Amino acid sequence: MLGRTANGLFWMFRYLERAENTGRLLDAGLRMALTRDIQTAEEEWRSVISTLGLKAIYEASNDGYDGTSVWNFVLRDKANPANVREMMGAVRSNARTARTNLSSQAWEAVNENWMKLDKLLSRPVSQNGVGEVITRLRRTGTQVHGAMDGTMLRNEGYHFGRAGTFIERAESTARILDMKYYLLLPSLSYVGSSLDSGQWEQVLRSVAGASAYSWLNAGQIEARGIVQFLVLDDSFPRSLAFCRNALRTNLGELARLHGKEGSSNDLMREADSRISDLSVDAIFDQGLHQFLTDFMARNAAIGEAIANDYRFLA
Amino acid sequence: MTGVSPQNFDEMKDAGGETRPAYGDYCNWYDQQDAALLKRKDAEADESFRRTGITFNVYGEDEAEERLIPFDMVPRIITAPEWRRLTRGIEQRVRALNAFLYDLYHRQEIIRAGRLPERLLRGNEAWLQNMVGLAPPGGVYTHIVGIDLVRTGPDDFFVLEDNARTPSGVSYMLENRETMMAMFPDLFSKVAVEPVSNYPRRLARSLAACVPPKFEGGRKVNVAVLTPGIFNSAYFEHAFLADQMGAELVEGSDLRVVGGKVQMRTTRGFEPVDVLYRRVDDDYLDPLTFEPDSVLGVPGIMDVYRDGGITIANAPGTGVADDKAIYSFMPEIVEFYTGEKPLLPNVETWRCADKESLKYVLDNLEELVVKEVHGSGGYGMLIGPTATKKEIKAFRAKLEANPMNYIAQPTLSLSTCPIYTNKGLSPRHVDLRPFVLVSPNGIEITPGGLTRVALKRGSLVVNSSQGGGTKDTWVLKD
Repeated sequence: MLGRTANGLFWMFRYLERAENTGRLLDAGLRMALTRDIQTAEEEWRSVISTLGLKAIYEASNDGYDGTSVWNFVLRDKANPANVREMMGAVRSNARTARTNLSSQAWEAVNENWMKLDKLLSRPVSQNGVGEVITRLRRTGTQVHGAMDGTMLRNEGYHFGRAGTFIERAESTARILDMKYYLLLPSLSYVGSSLDSGQWEQVLRSVAGASAYSWLNAGQIEARGIVQFLVLDDSFPRSLAFCRNALRTNLGELARLHGKEGSSNDLMREADSRISDLSVDAIFDQGLHQFLTDFMARNAAIGEAIANDYRFLA
Repeated sequence: MTGVSPQNFDEMKDAGGETRPAYGDYCNWYDQQDAALLKRKDAEADESFRRTGITFNVYGEDEAEERLIPFDMVPRIITAPEWRRLTRGIEQRVRALNAFLYDLYHRQEIIRAGRLPERLLRGNEAWLQNMVGLAPPGGVYTHIVGIDLVRTGPDDFFVLEDNARTPSGVSYMLENRETMMAMFPDLFSKVAVEPVSNYPRRLARSLAACVPPKFEGGRKVNVAVLTPGIFNSAYFEHAFLADQMGAELVEGSDLRVVGGKVQMRTTRGFEPVDVLYRRVDDDYLDPLTFEPDSVLGVPGIMDVYRDGGITIANAPGTGVADDKAIYSFMPEIVEFYTGEKPLLPNVETWRCADKESLKYVLDNLEELVVKEVHGSGGYGMLIGPTATKKEIKAFRAKLEANPMNYIAQPTLSLSTCPIYTNKGLSPRHVDLRPFVLVSPNGIEITPGGLTRVALKRGSLVVNSSQGGGTKDTWVLKD
C-alpha cells in the first residue's frame, strides 16, 4: 500500500473518532445544561470548550458561555478551524484519498453521512436541531465502523485505520479525564466529601460509559471507581487500557504483515511497561494529572512513529 | 435549429410514430410501468449517484461544490447487427490511428507520400519532439481510445471526434449500468443486454500485456493509475478504475525515479511501477522534460520511458491525433495504413487553412459549426444556426485573423433518443462514445459506451460541462 494511502486511512479514522467524541462531549454538556441551574450549565460549557482546547479562540469571538454559542462554535463556526464540519470534511477527503483501500460500503457510509451532516451544519444549529446533529455524529461512527468490520480485508489498511481510531480515542478519554482531575483529588474522597455526581455522570456520558459504569459499580460514583473504569478497565472500549490493548494488537499485526518491527513497536512496549499492573493507588500516588500528561505524550509519540515507520509522508 | 427538426432521425420512433425494433421490448416494459413509480425512481437516481460519490468538480466554481452529471433513465439502445458494423469501423480506425502515430514519430511516410501536409505537425501543440524515434512498448500508442460517434439515419453513423489522448467517461458507462440494474432489475430479465461490467478487468489485462522491455519477470506486473489528485474533476473516475482493476492510485508525489526505475513509495519502501495508466496531460508528466513547475508529474520518468523501464498509457504525444485538422485527414489516414476504404465516415469538414474552404465557410457561417483545431469540451466553437448576429460577427473576425486555427462542419441533424421528463418521454439529441482497448494482443471494444445527451430541447451540445447528461447504453444480444 502507498504511504500516502496509509496516511489517509489513519487520519480518516482519527477525524471520524474526533468528530464522534466531540459530539458526545456536546451531548453531555447539553444534558447538564438541561438539568442544572444556569451557573452550573455555564461552567459545563466552559469546560467543554477547554477540553477541546478552544478557550482562546472561543473567547476572542464570544462574550459568554451559553449553549447555542458553544455548540455552534464547536460544530460549524469558521472562526474555529477545528469545527466538526471541517472534521467531517477531513474524514471524507481522507477517505477519497484512500478510496481504493476502502470497501464501497465503508466509503458510502462515509459519503452519505458527510452529505447529511454537511447539510445539517450549513446553517446555524438551534436548540431543537442540536440533538439531530449529535445523533447523526454517533451514527456516522457506528455505520463506518460497522461497514469496516463487516466488509474490509484484515490487511495493513485495516490496521492503519484501527490504529488511528484507538490513538484518537485514548487521547480523547485522557483529555476529558484530565479536565476534571481536580475533582478526583483523593484527599476529597478520603475525607468522605461526596463527589458531585452530576459532574461525574457528565464525564461518563461524554465517553459513552454512564450505564456501563453503573452496571459495574452498582451506581456508586466515587473517585477510585471512576479512575479504575476509565483508565484500567480493559473491558470498557473507551478506557485507556482498552485502547492500548487494541493499539498493541494493530501494531503487532502491522509488524507481522511487514515482517519487521519499527520504532512504533518499541515505543508501544515502553508505554506498556508504564501502565501494566498499575493500580489505582499507584496512579493517585504519582498524581493523576502527571499520569495523564505522560500517557498523552506517549500516545502522540506512537502516532508519529507509525507515520515514520510506514512512510506516510515523503 | 430551435426545436427538433422533423427530419431528424429518432432512434426510438419512426416517422409514423411506430416503435423501432431496437426499442420494442423496452417500450413494452415502459408502457406497463406505473407513472408514479417512474417519477419516484427518477428522483432516487440522483440520490444514488450522490451516495456513491460520482461527482465532478467544475473548474472555476466554488471548490467545495461537487456536481452530478445528470443521468437519464431511458436507455439508448443499439441492436446487435448495428453494433457489429460499428465495431468493424471502430477497429479499423483505431488500428489506423496507432499505425499513424508510429509513422509520425518515425519515418513519416505519410508526409513523404504527400498525403498529409507537414505544417499540420509544426502547428500541433500536442506534437512531442521527445517521442521521435521512440518505440513504445508493444508498439501501442493508444491503449485506451474513445471514438465519438453521431448518427443521422438508420445506417448513417459518423465519427465526430477521436479521443486518443486521455478519453474519460468510462466510469459513467459502468455506473449508469449499475444504477439501471439497481433501479429496474425486472427490466434486465425482459431484455437481453450485453454486459459492460468486465471493462475494468479487460483494462487491467490489456495494460498488463504492455510490459516494458526491461521488465525482468518473476513477479506480478505492477499497474498504477496516475491522478492529479482529489481536486481533479475526474478524480472519481481515477479512483474508481484503480479500485476496480486492483491497481494502485498514485499521485506524482508518490513516485520517484530510483535505480533507473519509476518507483512508488509504499509502506514497505519503494516498489517498482511497470505500467502507468496516467490521467495527467503530457505537459505535466515530467517536470524535467516538460513543464518545469509541475508538481503533478515525476522528474525523470521520460528517461526511464525512453530506456524501456516503464510503459506509459497512453503514450506521450498521442494527443497529436486528436487535433481537428488531423481529423479532417482521417479518411486518407485510414486508407493509407489499412489499404481499405474507411468503414466509418468522417463528418464533412472544411479546413479553413485552405483558401477556397475558408471562403465557403465565411459565406455560410449561419449554417455551419466552426471549431477550434485544438479545442475540446465544446468550448470555443460557433454553432451557426443558433448563434446571434453579434456572435457570428465576432467569430468571423477571429476566423479571418487566424484561419489555420479552425475547421468547419455542417450542422448535422443528430439523432434523438427520448429522455424521461415529468410530462413523459421527450426526444433529445445524443452522441455515443464507445471505449476501445488496444494491446499487443489485439483490440477490444466494450459493447456499449457513454451516451451523452443534450438535456435542453433542441440543443446540440452534449458536453457535461455545458449542461449535457448521460444515459445507459445498451447493445442488445442477438
